[in-house]
Amino acid sequence: MIKIEKLHKSYPIGKDSLHVLKGLDLHIKEGEFVAIMGSSGSGKSTLLNIVGLLDAHDSGNYYLNGQLIENLDERKAAILRNKFLGFVFQSFNLINYKNALENVALPLYYSGMGRKERNEIAMQYLEKVGLADWATHLPSELSGGQKQRVAIARALVTKPKVVLADEPTGALDSSTSHSVMELLKEINREGMTVFVITHEEDIAEETDRIVRLKDGVIISDEKTLKKSKV
Amino acid sequence: MFKFLLDTDTWQEIYSSIRKNKMRTAITVVGVMWGIFLLVVLLGAAKGVENNFNRLFGDFATNSVFVWAQQTSKPFKGFQEGKGLTLKMSDLESIRNEIKGLEFVVPRHQTQALTVNKFKTGNFGVFGDYPEFDKVQKRNLVYGRFINDNDIKEKKKVCVIEEEIYKQLFDKDEYPIGQYIKINDINYNVVGMYKEGQIGSGGPQGNIHIPFTTFQQVYNRGDSVGWMMITGQPGFDITQIESDVKLLLKNLHNVHPKDNRAFGSFNLGKEIAKVTGFITGMQFLTWFVGIATLIAGVFAIGNILLITVKERTKEIGIRRALGAKPWEIKRQIIMESVFLTTIAGALGIIFGGFILMIIDATLGKGDEPVLTNPTVDIPVILIAALTLVVLGTLIGLIPAQTAVSIRPIEALREE
Repeated sequence: MIKIEKLHKSYPIGKDSLHVLKGLDLHIKEGEFVAIMGSSGSGKSTLLNIVGLLDAHDSGNYYLNGQLIENLDERKAAILRNKFLGFVFQSFNLINYKNALENVALPLYYSGMGRKERNEIAMQYLEKVGLADWATHLPSELSGGQKQRVAIARALVTKPKVVLADEPTGALDSSTSHSVMELLKEINREGMTVFVITHEEDIAEETDRIVRLKDGVIISDEKTLKKSKV
Repeated sequence: MFKFLLDTDTWQEIYSSIRKNKMRTAITVVGVMWGIFLLVVLLGAAKGVENNFNRLFGDFATNSVFVWAQQTSKPFKGFQEGKGLTLKMSDLESIRNEIKGLEFVVPRHQTQALTVNKFKTGNFGVFGDYPEFDKVQKRNLVYGRFINDNDIKEKKKVCVIEEEIYKQLFDKDEYPIGQYIKINDINYNVVGMYKEGQIGSGGPQGNIHIPFTTFQQVYNRGDSVGWMMITGQPGFDITQIESDVKLLLKNLHNVHPKDNRAFGSFNLGKEIAKVTGFITGMQFLTWFVGIATLIAGVFAIGNILLITVKERTKEIGIRRALGAKPWEIKRQIIMESVFLTTIAGALGIIFGGFILMIIDATLGKGDEPVLTNPTVDIPVILIAALTLVVLGTLIGLIPAQTAVSIRPIEALREE
């Protein structure tokens, strides 16, 4: 599903450039539940941005759903993001003047779906994350956990190939974190590829595979014990 | 695009974005509104002045010149300077025969006379006129008729009076036609009554017109002419006619060709051109000020949208992460700009129209209005509105470009 070969990325900082990703090789198959771990500055956010088509890589190859990603302009990137990728952010990134249902329906709006149809689909996904009763509430009227559930529903609503979650529990307390992770696991069990970035060990433990990054290179890539126990 | 305009989401987003900055949006809208308001009111007022001017001078043929005789100021052919001159009927014949491009040459006589009707009296200007006078300076007849050819031929004692004179000499609601009034102790049958425009050609109390031939006989004027009105045919320069006529008259009366005081003249066309030139200048100024104010207002809208876009950077980033194409973001911002300018424009036009109504009700009424029908033509309004929409679109391009030039990754970066 996601295949990365010798990926390099550096950022210019003044006259110098900061080499962030130093030749990554990573292959994530369909239906995997992967956590990328690393301390800040390890390059995990950069990796997510490249995988999420929010940023372009310098060299190396990136295949998304078998398609080589190169020379993307903003328009093509936007279409691919809409079609293949669902985003879950640490700070939820809901649009604060739209209610839960409208937030979930937004990606469908950009894929060109009619209002009635997209609201129906959005409602199904809100039900799926257990927030059907909150459909007309604004984000400011929802708790952190609820907001993240809305964000997850929004990430899923276009039936993407991959869900990219950037520190999805970073702003949540541990019990809510756990329930959000349970939701992600459930989605994964239904066959969705889920790609989580975290620096919390116990969150990473709940996934199937942990890839550890340090200073722009992969230092370990292993299946979690928990999975083998089950 | 059409579907986009009808989409509830489009309007919901414009609404929510505007709602976020109510105060600032309101002030900016007022800016643009002020611009178009000024444009509408000034153009309306200029139109009102123009209409008023046309109303005042509308009775005159604008390509006309008045000529009268004075005294010579240069000795010529044995005559000393200071010789008195009098126009004669034969002069008119010569003018008619020798000068091209004339429409009418109308002789007139004028005097002041005590006028009596029963116990009511007044001192009024009395004019001897030909029927053609009605064509040069249109009389708006309320009752009866103007002097006709038969009156001239038979030297009839008939008169046409102005409404003001009627008011002074007759009882209210009395029908003047067929009644007799005494002018210098001679009875005249009233055959017509007219209403004078704003600018009268005689005394302040209006005029009495009697047949020219009657005037000559009654006041013992022989074949002399008091003064004459000459109108040019369309396409002929009245100023040229004026100098040709004067040159011809100097020749006929043995006056030095360079004697500029011998014959006096008043070129109405020239005078009117001065005023219309002033009005045109005023309209130009109005457009200039109005458009400049509009542009300033539209720039203010561009500015506020730029600020709004900066504040919405994160939201725009989210939308783009969710699959909004750059064009979809752009048109959203442009729509906001166009929407604001259109609303502001509409309000300005409505408000401006309202003020014009007030101006019309206060300055445009009464006997001597300053303005007449201060209005703005619909095409002008459409042009102004179209200009606004175009400017709104153009100015919207700036914040729209800013909105898409921020890469989503930067927009989404955690604070």
